[in-house]
Amino acid sequence: MRSRELVIVGGGPAGLAAALAAHEHGIRDILLLERDQCLGGILNQCIHPGFGLHYFKETLTGPEYAERFIQRVLAIPEIEISLRSFAVKLDSKKTLTYLTPGKLETLSARAVIMATGCRERTREMIHIPGTRPAGIFPAGLAQKMINLEGWLPGREIVIVGSGDIGLIMARRLTLEGARVKAVIEIQKESRGLVRNVTQCLEDFNIPLYLRHRIVKIHGRNRVEKIEAAEVNDELLEIPGSRFEMACDTLLVSVGLIPENELIEMAGAEIDPATNTPKTESLNHTSIPGLFTCGNAFKIYDLADGVTKDSLLAGQQAAEFIRSAS
Amino acid sequence: MKTYDVCIIGGGVTGAAIARELSRYRVSIALLEKEAELAFGVSKSNSGIIHPGTQNPPDSLKGRLCVQGNRLIRSLARELGVHFVEVGELIVISDLQDLPQLQAIKADAEKLGVPGLRIVDRAWLAEHEPNLSPDIPAALFAPTAGIISPYRLVYDLAENAARNGVEFFTGHPVMGITRVETGFVLQTPQRNFHTRFVINAAGLFADEISRLIGVDDFTITPRLGEEYLLDKKREFTTHHLIFPLPTPESKGILIIKTSDGNPMIGPTARSTTDKTDLATTDEGLRKVLQNVQQLVPCLHERDIIAYFAGLRPAAGDDFIIRHEGRAPGFINVVGIQSPGLTAAPAIACMVAGLLKKAGLTLHRKWFFHGRRPASVHLFAIPFSQTEKLIQKDPAYGDIVCRCEMVSSKEIRDAIRRGAKTLDGVKFRTRAQAGRCHGGFCTTRIMKILMDELHLPVMAVSKRGPGSELILGSRDHA
Amino acid sequence: MNKLMTCIECPKGCRLTLEPDGSHVLRVSGHKCPKGELYAKQEFENPLRILTTSVLAEGLTLKMIPVKTSQPIPKAKLLEAMEQIRRIKVQCPVNLGEVIQANFGNFGVDLVATRSAQKPKVS
Ligand SMILES: Cc1cc2nc3c(=O)[nH]c(=O)nc-3n(C[C@H](O)[C@H](O)[C@H](O)COP(=O)(O)OP(=O)(O)OC[C@H]3O[C@@H](n4cnc5c(N)ncnc54)[C@H](O)[C@@H]3O)c2cc1C
Ligand code: SF4
Repeated sequence: MRSRELVIVGGGPAGLAAALAAHEHGIRDILLLERDQCLGGILNQCIHPGFGLHYFKETLTGPEYAERFIQRVLAIPEIEISLRSFAVKLDSKKTLTYLTPGKLETLSARAVIMATGCRERTREMIHIPGTRPAGIFPAGLAQKMINLEGWLPGREIVIVGSGDIGLIMARRLTLEGARVKAVIEIQKESRGLVRNVTQCLEDFNIPLYLRHRIVKIHGRNRVEKIEAAEVNDELLEIPGSRFEMACDTLLVSVGLIPENELIEMAGAEIDPATNTPKTESLNHTSIPGLFTCGNAFKIYDLADGVTKDSLLAGQQAAEFIRSAS
Repeated sequence: MKTYDVCIIGGGVTGAAIARELSRYRVSIALLEKEAELAFGVSKSNSGIIHPGTQNPPDSLKGRLCVQGNRLIRSLARELGVHFVEVGELIVISDLQDLPQLQAIKADAEKLGVPGLRIVDRAWLAEHEPNLSPDIPAALFAPTAGIISPYRLVYDLAENAARNGVEFFTGHPVMGITRVETGFVLQTPQRNFHTRFVINAAGLFADEISRLIGVDDFTITPRLGEEYLLDKKREFTTHHLIFPLPTPESKGILIIKTSDGNPMIGPTARSTTDKTDLATTDEGLRKVLQNVQQLVPCLHERDIIAYFAGLRPAAGDDFIIRHEGRAPGFINVVGIQSPGLTAAPAIACMVAGLLKKAGLTLHRKWFFHGRRPASVHLFAIPFSQTEKLIQKDPAYGDIVCRCEMVSSKEIRDAIRRGAKTLDGVKFRTRAQAGRCHGGFCTTRIMKILMDELHLPVMAVSKRGPGSELILGSRDHA
Repeated sequence: MNKLMTCIECPKGCRLTLEPDGSHVLRVSGHKCPKGELYAKQEFENPLRILTTSVLAEGLTLKMIPVKTSQPIPKAKLLEAMEQIRRIKVQCPVNLGEVIQANFGNFGVDLVATRSAQKPKVS
């Protein structure tokens, strides 16, 4: 079994920043695993502007923001990058197994940084009653389809949840010629940034229904309509407030959860309510030498926050490796 | 035009098991299924339990076939390479006063020939099922209960039947039946099928098929059951199938182990008139949670990652399996509600017997290919084996579905074995069935489907025509 | 009558109050930085937006190339601009920052790639 100083899992903004910081703090043997064909993570599909205002003091799109880190990482020979590499197992001794086309590799690391990002909460997690036809998409999946593949997932759209991805997608779909009929949010306020409510909904006269929930999805093969209703302070349906809306697509944008299954598998303590690891100090999990950063650590509104957090994690991992040797 | 010896209507577990059983013999067989793929009816949405035979009246047909089926499924699973695990079941009581009821269930089941039954006490439960509520004083233990993947069983039965000459026609709904001198003509939108014998295994729609030849003395009344799947992290929260005491309407709300690892809770039971109603409800969810938390208090709503509803095709209380004297050559296999999955292999043998009696000569083939190699599922094998597979074919190392660890090789194989839709891929491989519900892997799977089946993106569907995912594309602008 | 708007220049999203006078703005309040004041005036007189979207590529490492307008264009013209976007197909490799179409749609702005796309390596 090969051993490495530092293994970083995830090649999004978190993993990239962690690699840079660890290198800057003296680590010369870094392996970065990314399951996709390219670096950049979720930023590749976030083609809208709004990134980098804090870190670079200018506003960039997602791919532009990612590219700045990718170029810096590629310029450092001590950072080995392994694409299409999928980590499948991690234990408390920091033995890590990953699969890549043609190879299964197990190695041991002195420190591991998990920068695996997050996944979207699904329709299933918020329990929307009704049928399960085609046409129900997590907002991020719809974003990937439109921005990376050029596919239009629907024409008459209702969006449930006013998270930033949902708001951004309302604008994106409108630009692509779809009709976004409503954004439905159970809370009193939008979950996304106010600027996104302005530039993504108000700019296109898309109604935002606050304090509403979807009470039923109709349609056997494809979504045909939804029923929505107003809710009270306990978030329960107010009788008599139901109404229907015809649509062929329902986008679900109800928040993100950290992807921490490997950290949990390794035996680090996880808070079940948020799926985030309990940390000893900042990014250090309860397993010595196992770190976490970026959206895998906690959900940040902005990539800038992820970068800042991950630079720290890289530094901490470097210090851990040095103090342990 | 070719005349088949036997046409089977319906490609659920009943139809597939019959097809596979009959494929041992020198007869020509076609199976017609109206959906885009097999197992898209009742057989896709059930609990996947191989029942031991408890909870059936001792003189019932379904009881007898269930006990037989439970025995037969073991060798069948081995031959087909389907994963079957005998996990055992516990029927629990919350009050010792109910002990006589448990003893009655035990006595009934023993009359049916269910082996190994015994009543276990609190100490046994504490040792073998530690997360069970401490308020549960006793249970009936049925060791022969098991679990299987219901749709993979259908696919593997069908694949093996096809290997032995059965012709499968999916997307072929039977719209009309006429009787002719040589037997029957089945009409589908694409073409007619001439056949000497017809087997009606059309699940929820079996009454409509039967009416086409004038036999209308039963109706299918669907009973809807909602089921909720839990995260794989909960796989070992329980070790057995856990049942409450049954009620006259149903077996109650259970905690189920599944062969995919994810525990399942449910099903509810509600009669409906709509055979397409597959909606889950808030009330259903509340009821399921409330009930299972009484059995295993540590289960939480947070653990739920998926849910679905299935319809039990009930025609009265028992199965109806008979040759229709009024339409010689027509065999009804209807009302196959629970334990239909378990009983399927026994039903298939019974149908072969009925065909023989009705005049079909059944000679065994010289070569019957009874075995098929088990399909590969990376999530179910140790890494040492995965490593060897990747060395043989690099595509096993190309992971598409990260939640369930499914490689592009498994997905391509599934498509080559008959999957045509996203659901078909999901049922065969589990890709998209995990906690992210395809958020990460759907586009990749769509592209593999497009590539393998030479489809344009707008023809890729969730479960057949009408359920396409993409409504427009830049390349088609 | 005063007019309210939300500044979209940064994630703070300040609530701005404008005192208009006919077709221009007399006074802006509520902004936490000077960008807010500029935004309010511009938004009142002639609202502009940067268009970010993606264009179809053929024979390159990306199927869709993300793009943006080099300068904001009139908000009312966004959908019209998208009509143009749908007609573009890129066949030559581009680098991040490279102009894909100069004077895009006669808006007096360029259409710029925000990610690089190469010819795929033949292996
Ligand atoms: C919630 C639930 C839980 C259950 N749990 C269990 C369990 O744990 N264990 C167990 O043993 N049993 C269980 N059952 C029962 C079991 O699922 C059924 O008994 C079994 O799946 C029935 O299979 P089938 O092939 O008869 O019906 P189906 O699977 O419905 O197959 C019938 C097929 O016929 C096709 N068809 C219909 N009309 C036409 C036509 N005109 N032309 C061509 N094709 C047609 C349909 O599309 C369908 O594919 C459960 C049932 C439910 C609803
Ligand atoms: S006024 Fe300045 S601080 Fe306030 S939102 Fe606008 S740019 Fe941000």
